[in-house]
Amino acid sequence: MDVLTDNFSTFGKGFLGTVELTVYASLLALALGFVMASFRVAPVGSFRAFGTVWVTVLRNTPLTLLFFAVLLGLPRFGLVLPFKVFAVLALGCYTSAFICEALRSGINTVPKGQGEAARSLGMSFGQTLSTVVLPQAFRSVIAPVGSNLIALAKNSAIAGAFSVTELLGSYKTLSELGYNIIWTFVWIAVGYLIITLAISAIFNVLEKRWGVAR
Amino acid sequence: MKALSHDSTALYDIPGPKTVRRHKLYGVISTLLVLALVGWILYLLFDTDQFTATKWTPFEYKGIQELLLRGLGNTLKAFAISAVLALALGGLLAMGRLSDHRPVRWLATLVVEFFRAMPVLVMIFFVFVALKVQPLPALVAGLTLYNGSVLAEVFRSGVNSVERGQREAAYALGMRKTQVMGHVLVPQAVRAMLPAIISQLVVALKDTSLGYLITYEEFLHAGKLIASNLDYDLPFIPVVMVISPIYIGMCMLLSWFAQWVSKRQRRNPKTEAADVAPAEPGTLLPGTQ
Repeated sequence: MDVLTDNFSTFGKGFLGTVELTVYASLLALALGFVMASFRVAPVGSFRAFGTVWVTVLRNTPLTLLFFAVLLGLPRFGLVLPFKVFAVLALGCYTSAFICEALRSGINTVPKGQGEAARSLGMSFGQTLSTVVLPQAFRSVIAPVGSNLIALAKNSAIAGAFSVTELLGSYKTLSELGYNIIWTFVWIAVGYLIITLAISAIFNVLEKRWGVAR
Repeated sequence: MKALSHDSTALYDIPGPKTVRRHKLYGVISTLLVLALVGWILYLLFDTDQFTATKWTPFEYKGIQELLLRGLGNTLKAFAISAVLALALGGLLAMGRLSDHRPVRWLATLVVEFFRAMPVLVMIFFVFVALKVQPLPALVAGLTLYNGSVLAEVFRSGVNSVERGQREAAYALGMRKTQVMGHVLVPQAVRAMLPAIISQLVVALKDTSLGYLITYEEFLHAGKLIASNLDYDLPFIPVVMVISPIYIGMCMLLSWFAQWVSKRQRRNPKTEAADVAPAEPGTLLPGTQ
């Protein structure tokens, strides 16, 4: 029990590290996922091909391998960035593939007539997508995007295994200090529960406000 | 004019001759950009001497090839064991969640929700560090608990997706609950669930690479051993270039298999009616299934 009270700062640092990683990686994943989803429905073939390759490759890459390639491989390339940036890149790119697929299925739920109406008003592809279809698609993918971001928060634990400034990583520091390892893990578990519950609460609110009943 | 074989044609008109020319231009420009990017990466690779002979010689040695093969074998072994155990656990938990007895149902729900909410890696580390278990059993335990819980949800939604009439008819014939499940509902549910089950197995296959982090001697671990060898001038990039296609290829094969099965089933009238939601990570939202 006193593992938590004695080492509140270690846990707190790890907790904030996980939150920080999750927030930045989520923003990257949402932005990239949005771009890739637009690519995948674009009229230009080469854009579609690029989007498809991006999604297919990243969805089938083990995240540990991606971390290995980014954290240990890229520096050999002469590309040296802080650990956090690398971790955000790996997590964000990986999750973007899942966000893209969620968005694309959302685009498919928008009734065809919406797109047709926009076209008949003379809107271009970009206008149709950005002012008519995507705003509606966003509303119907709130729940799946939420569960993808929860998965991202859980996956951020892998970053912790490569370094220590993350919630899971805090077990290393504490086990060296001789604390009861089982209680340490209980508190780590509670930490993750808090983060995942917070994300699902946020998305619950969003869905109540903007979700579509179809 | 060739009709667009694309499914979201509602987003744009079938292009006229001018637009076709414009799209071709975009296509050429974007292809050139991608090629430039690839060229730049190749330049970086050559510039940092990734293609020098020393970095690639390790792959010619038999010992190192065997090391890689052994790693691959260990990866597949961990995958096979955890897949079988996860399917078994998933069946058990689904049975619990569909039980008529409230305490059993609650217990199963608690187990499923907890293990879906935890990062797999935390479970693996817990078993490995706190319970001091060997790497392979620790990895298998973590993967089994997580994927078993997700599969339990898949199984449950599969059984629930079988039309009500089937169940009612079976009860009307005087079957008991076990018989209804075993003879009527599960056989139909399994057909509908198969794509979702295989997709979840892809997740399990991907996650076996987590074994690398607890020093289980799997494929990535073998790669790390080679990559951190000073004699070959730390061939990290060559190792990534050899290992990634194999890993990604294995997962892709399994994903394609899942897609093939689901496509085949879409044409099958016996399973047409049932539509099972894809397996998703735990949402933790009570009441939203």
